[in-house]
Amino acid sequence: MRPEPSGGGIWRVARAIAWRSLHTYVRRPALYVPSIIFPLVFLASFAGGLSALGSVPGFHFPAGYTAFQFVFVLCQAAMFGGLFTGFTLAFDFESGFARRLMLAAENRRGIALGYALVALTRAAVTLTVVTVVALLTGMRITGDGVDLFGLYGLAALLVLVGYGWAAGVAFRFRSIQAGPLMQTPVFLILFLAPVYVPLSLLKGWLHAIASINPATAFLEAGRGFISGQPEQTILAFACAAGLVLLFGLWLLRGLRSAETSA
Amino acid sequence: MSSVHLTQIGALARRSMLKTLRQPFQMFPIIFFPAILLAVNASGLSSAIRLPGFPTHSYITFAIAVAFIQGAMFSLINTGTNLAEDIESGFFNRLALTPLRRVSLIAGLLLGVAVLGALQSIVYILMGFIGGDHLAAGVGGALVIVVLGSLAATAFGTLGCVAALRTGSGEVVQGLFPLFFVFIFLSSGSLPRPLLRTGWFHTVATWNPISYLIEGFRSLFVVGWDGTSLWRGFAVAIGIALLGLVGVVWALRGRLQRT
Repeated sequence: MRPEPSGGGIWRVARAIAWRSLHTYVRRPALYVPSIIFPLVFLASFAGGLSALGSVPGFHFPAGYTAFQFVFVLCQAAMFGGLFTGFTLAFDFESGFARRLMLAAENRRGIALGYALVALTRAAVTLTVVTVVALLTGMRITGDGVDLFGLYGLAALLVLVGYGWAAGVAFRFRSIQAGPLMQTPVFLILFLAPVYVPLSLLKGWLHAIASINPATAFLEAGRGFISGQPEQTILAFACAAGLVLLFGLWLLRGLRSAETSA
Repeated sequence: MSSVHLTQIGALARRSMLKTLRQPFQMFPIIFFPAILLAVNASGLSSAIRLPGFPTHSYITFAIAVAFIQGAMFSLINTGTNLAEDIESGFFNRLALTPLRRVSLIAGLLLGVAVLGALQSIVYILMGFIGGDHLAAGVGGALVIVVLGSLAATAFGTLGCVAALRTGSGEVVQGLFPLFFVFIFLSSGSLPRPLLRTGWFHTVATWNPISYLIEGFRSLFVVGWDGTSLWRGFAVAIGIALLGLVGVVWALRGRLQRT
């Protein structure tokens, strides 16, 4: 007879999955190198290639253009850290591992929690590398320690937003072929925000969309933190927490769908 | 070249084109990905035209050139993936056992890529017009763009063939996509080279051949007939094509020996 699922069971399953995935992550560079290289390319390309935009009339950002772009790269890396973990989950379903896991786990919500821990750990590595590279290339931070805590706290929530969405898709489709469905909406939401210049310098349809896009609040809050002039903080955290909750439900319903088909 | 060889090349070229045209998930990135990126960048970077020295008053006219390079890079992925699929399914091996000449095998595949490259270039030109760009070189310039677009797609297609023949894996070919995309990111795709103010980035963009390919396309939209930009653009496309063809011959020899 199967014992009743307990709170301890969730954590046991979560820890086992997190350990296994991180072990695989460390042993196979092909899995983590792209997730680190991608944000670095964005940072190099945007902060290096577009630095002249910092002198466009109306562009005032005290910490400089590299810091302005760093916040976008940080948000992108955080959300993609979650997405890449969704890919891992989909791979595990394709290989049959996740199905066996569904049968063996004493509490299946622990599976979702375990992969969430993986997403947070992977993202922590990527964000550390990106931050170190940005600092080495001369990024200025004019915010204080509390501001930075806010910046990385927001990034942690964005990891969970990306993960919640991607894992919900992975649980439903159980195939890596759903990869474009995981990343395309996130890519679009990020790029329909003030990526290159502040919202006030955007015009036309992009300004209209960016004005109601939650990613704008994330970027503006992040840029406020790094420059020591916090703005949109409450809105950004409220949006991020709301999305975590929404995609948490999406993920759990996906888990239910996977359980039904297992 | 005998009529038999021409027939073989024609049949393989037709198959190569239909294989892409019949698969919507291969057409989507060719058409919509550059369109979405162009729309977002043209709007998001429109304030760049206020920089002193920016060569045009319309950012979309400046940025449309990048769409042709993105399209060419998707040719690399699609050509490589299709060939890898043929290798994985055993079709390539069966083809190799027929009297078909090696040159026909690759020429057919690349001819299909060249025709698709021309078609996608026409789509990008129309897309630019819808977005409100201006083609300074006129109708003659549009024809040159189609030729250069076709050549660039074929050049990148040869690189896709090399990857497919060497690895025989569609997954590996797909994995190359971000690697080649880095060349676009580290080029003069977003701003003209004189306005790239970060020293190391300016150096990388100056050494990056993709900058010259982009500038070849861009000159026809922004300047009109600029001989220097054009010959550099064609030289880069031809150079990549020659390099790719050498690689294809070498990789094909290895693949057929294994067959």
